[in-house]
Amino acid sequence: MIDILTEYNVLGAFVETLKYTVLAAIGSLVIGTLVAVMRVSPIGVLRGLGTFYVTTIRNTPLTLLMVLSILGLAFIVGLQLSEDFNANTFRWAVVMLSVYHAAFVAEALRSGVNTVPTGQAEAARSIGLTFGQSLREVILPQAFRGAIAPLGSTLIALTKNTTVAQVIGGSEAAGLLSTIVENEGSSYGAFLIIALGFVILTLPTGIAFTHLSERLAVRR
Amino acid sequence: MSIDPESMSDSVIDPHLMVRYVPAMGEPLVVMSKVNKHFGDLHVLRDIDLEVGRGEVVILIGPSGSGKSTLCRTINRLETFESGSISIDGKPLPEEGKELAQLRADVGMVFQSFNLFAHKTILENVTLGPIKVRRQSKAEADKRARELLERVGVQAQASKYPAQLSGGQQQRVAIARSLAMSPKVMLFDEPTSALDPEMINEVLDVMVELARSGMTMIVVTHEMGFARKAANRVVFMSDGQIVEQAPPQEFFTTPKTDRAKDFLSKILTH
Repeated sequence: MIDILTEYNVLGAFVETLKYTVLAAIGSLVIGTLVAVMRVSPIGVLRGLGTFYVTTIRNTPLTLLMVLSILGLAFIVGLQLSEDFNANTFRWAVVMLSVYHAAFVAEALRSGVNTVPTGQAEAARSIGLTFGQSLREVILPQAFRGAIAPLGSTLIALTKNTTVAQVIGGSEAAGLLSTIVENEGSSYGAFLIIALGFVILTLPTGIAFTHLSERLAVRR
Repeated sequence: MSIDPESMSDSVIDPHLMVRYVPAMGEPLVVMSKVNKHFGDLHVLRDIDLEVGRGEVVILIGPSGSGKSTLCRTINRLETFESGSISIDGKPLPEEGKELAQLRADVGMVFQSFNLFAHKTILENVTLGPIKVRRQSKAEADKRARELLERVGVQAQASKYPAQLSGGQQQRVAIARSLAMSPKVMLFDEPTSALDPEMINEVLDVMVELARSGMTMIVVTHEMGFARKAANRVVFMSDGQIVEQAPPQEFFTTPKTDRAKDFLSKILTH
């Protein structure tokens, strides 16, 4: 077990996992917020598009999306996100992780929007705020606070789902695990180290989000 | 020959009854004509014609389900309506978008359940509209907000959150939030119905003061005391129709229609 730690760059692989997680978290938050706004908008077409996004993406396996990105979009369609092979893989993995988890972020936010009483929106409109201003100033800030716990679960799922990047050659923790298994044969040690790494990443996330959801809860 | 100045002014306060008589003069501020609305099969507003003059205080009264709240809410289009027209200050009510938002900025609304922004402080509740809609600077909006909070008697609570205030205090903040937009008319949708009895008067006092200051008000309420003290006209609704309207004293003492008599007998006999 010790020799795995000394011979392989375990820390480096987890730094890579963290990079995927942070970038895809930002990406999925941005896309997910847009989709959530579409789903609560008064315009029917936008609502339809939002629903379509969530239904399609949420019901497609992440592995499939990942493979589609490299085989379909990068190699067949020729959409390279970088000249460099590894950077291209990395960027496509981040994009697919973002796109996939955005569907879950959107649903978490929409449930958050549902925790905001209609009176809040009516009051916002009655002082002359436009739809966009009501969302930005009144609805979304409260929706985010009501959605912190499910958003935390999504972030934890995202952290672990970065391992799927391995199928297109991502060099994160799961990629390292398959390298170790290939070179050394499978061992409890290797699995334990990688599993422990994920616990170290996700446990604090869970605790932090529970704490945040209590601290930032909107008192009514 | 000397002229009594009182008889020249268009607002006469009878010190005994504390009732102002404002004759309808010039262009009315709010004009509703032939407004109809359904909730599914229920015809909640039937051919509503109502004019409210500048500075007039109108009370909407009637049994629950009579459509008075709905009427109040159609005036700033929180409720849509199917036919008829509503205009405010000569301008027809826009259907949606920026124009509607601008119109709403000129129409204050106070809700039964206060609806203060739960994630913002009291001061931020009052300054949000002026800053975002009226484009005032933060300093300017803060100064005016503090004046208004003082006017409604909650200046000490400025940095607290709505949930930390009593219902009466929250409703007074809601009034200040509306006033901060310098509205042309204010709508009150059962402003005291969600309050504990001991808090009703502190809100009504603010409303009476507002009425005296010349604010045009449309108030859905069952507070007879307020109606007698501050209203120019009582509009009685039943089954989506305006059944009867009269000055408060006249309405409460000598109602003309059977439905008004029946309603008053139920609420006044206690």
